[in-house]
Amino acid sequence: MVLEKMALVGDALSHVALPGLAIGYLLNFNPFIGGFAFLFASAVMIWYVQRITKISFEALVGASFTLALAVGIIIIPQIELVEALFGSIANVAIWDAVAATIASIVAVLLTRIIYKKLVLAMISEDLAISKGIDVAKTNLLYLFLVTVVVAVGIKIIGTLLVGFLVIVPAIAARNLSPNMLRYTVLSAVFGVISAISGVLLTSYFVTVPPGPLVVFSGITIFAITIILNRVKKLTV
Amino acid sequence: MGETSNEEQILTVSDLSVELQNQPILDKISFIVKKGTTLAILGPNGAGKSVLFRALLNLLPHKGNMKWADKTKIGYVPQNVAVSDIPISVREFLSIGKNKCNPEEALNLVRLNASKILDKRLGILSGGELRRVLIAWALIDDPNVLLLDEPTNGVDVGSEEPIFLMLDGIKKTRKITILLITHDIHIVQEYSDYLLALNKCITFFGKSAEIANITTQQAIYGEPVCVETIKSEE
Repeated sequence: MVLEKMALVGDALSHVALPGLAIGYLLNFNPFIGGFAFLFASAVMIWYVQRITKISFEALVGASFTLALAVGIIIIPQIELVEALFGSIANVAIWDAVAATIASIVAVLLTRIIYKKLVLAMISEDLAISKGIDVAKTNLLYLFLVTVVVAVGIKIIGTLLVGFLVIVPAIAARNLSPNMLRYTVLSAVFGVISAISGVLLTSYFVTVPPGPLVVFSGITIFAITIILNRVKKLTV
Repeated sequence: MGETSNEEQILTVSDLSVELQNQPILDKISFIVKKGTTLAILGPNGAGKSVLFRALLNLLPHKGNMKWADKTKIGYVPQNVAVSDIPISVREFLSIGKNKCNPEEALNLVRLNASKILDKRLGILSGGELRRVLIAWALIDDPNVLLLDEPTNGVDVGSEEPIFLMLDGIKKTRKITILLITHDIHIVQEYSDYLLALNKCITFFGKSAEIANITTQQAIYGEPVCVETIKSEE
C-alpha cells in the first residue's frame, strides 16, 4: 500500500470491517469471519466502481469507510464496540491463531505469485500492460491480500489501529532498503517485532490494551530507521 | 515511401483514429515504417504522439487499421516511470519478466558499467542512467522494434547525444526498427531516417532530411511570423 501511494487507503479500508464484526456479534458467529467478508466485498466493490468510473481509490474508500463506520457503530452491541475498535489479544482463541497463520501463509504465497507483476505495474501501468500483464486482475488480487492482512490484524489491535500494520512497518523498512528483497524481509520483521513487543509491554502497562502498545513499538522502530537513514546519508 | 514492398514494411497504419473521453486525439492517420529504419515522431504537446504509441501497443481502443509484420517483438520505453518511491535495485528491475539475456549483458548493451550500477536503487540513478536502464529493460527480451517515448526525458543536455549515438549503434548491430518521439529537430536530422509530424492529424510524413526545407518546416510549424508584421501591428 505504501509503494502504491495508497497507505491511507489501507488504513481506511480496515474500518469497513466494523459492520461485519457487528453482524457476527449479533448473530453469534465468529465476528472476524463477518469482518473479513465485509472487507473483501467492499474491496471488490471499490475495485469495480473505480474501474468503471475512474474515481480515485482514496475517494471511494473514504466514502465507503465512513458509511461502514456509521452502520457498524449503530448495530454493534456497545459492550463489543471497544473490542472491535481496539482489539483484544486476551480473547484470541487457538482457532483464531490457526486461522490467522493459514491466512498469513496464503497471503505470502499469493504475494509471491503476483509480486513481479505488481512491481512492474507500480513502475508503469503501460509497461506492465505492454508485457501482457492484466493490471486490473493483479490489482484485485492485491486488494484481496490487503483484506486478508487487515482481517488477521483486527483481532489483536482492532479496526481503528490495524492500518498501522499496513503502513508503519513498510515505511520503516523503506528507510533502510536499497532493494525489494530487503524491503520485503524488513517489513515483515518490523511488523513481527512491533506486535510481539507491544504484547509483551502489556505486562508492564496492565491497564492499557495491546493495540496502542503495538503502535508505539512500531512508531519507535520507524523513528530509529529515520535516524539510521540520516546517519547513513551523512556518512556516505 | 510508396515504392516500398510489403516485405520491407514492419508496420502499416491506415486511417487510425483515437478518441479519449469523446475528444478526438488522432484523426485518420496513415503511415508505414520500413524494417531497420528509425522513424522520428515530432509534434507539439498534446499532438497525440504518446497516444499514438499507446494505440500501436494496443493499450487504447482505436479505429482504423494497424498491422505489424509477422514475428514482430516490441520493446517499449515509456516517457514517465514512477521509481522514486520504490526501493527496487537495477538488478531486480532487469530480472522482471521472461528475459533472454542476463542483466549484465543488457547493461553492457546500453554502455553502463554493470558492476557499478547493478545493486544501486533505481530511484537514485541520474536521469541519463535511468533512461539507459529503461532501454536495457526494453532490449532484454531481444525485440526487433523499439518504441521510445522521449528517451532523453529528464536527461541533461550534455547526456542526450550519447544516448542517441548508443541507440543508433544498437539499431545497426541488432538490425532493429526504432520509433522515436522527440521534440528535437537536431535529433530528427541526425538520428532518424523518416519523420512523422503530428498535430492530431499528420502534418508531414517523409524523409527526415526534408526537415531542412522551409516548406516542410512551414507544414509542421505553420506559417512563420514576420517581425515587420508585428511591428506594424503595434
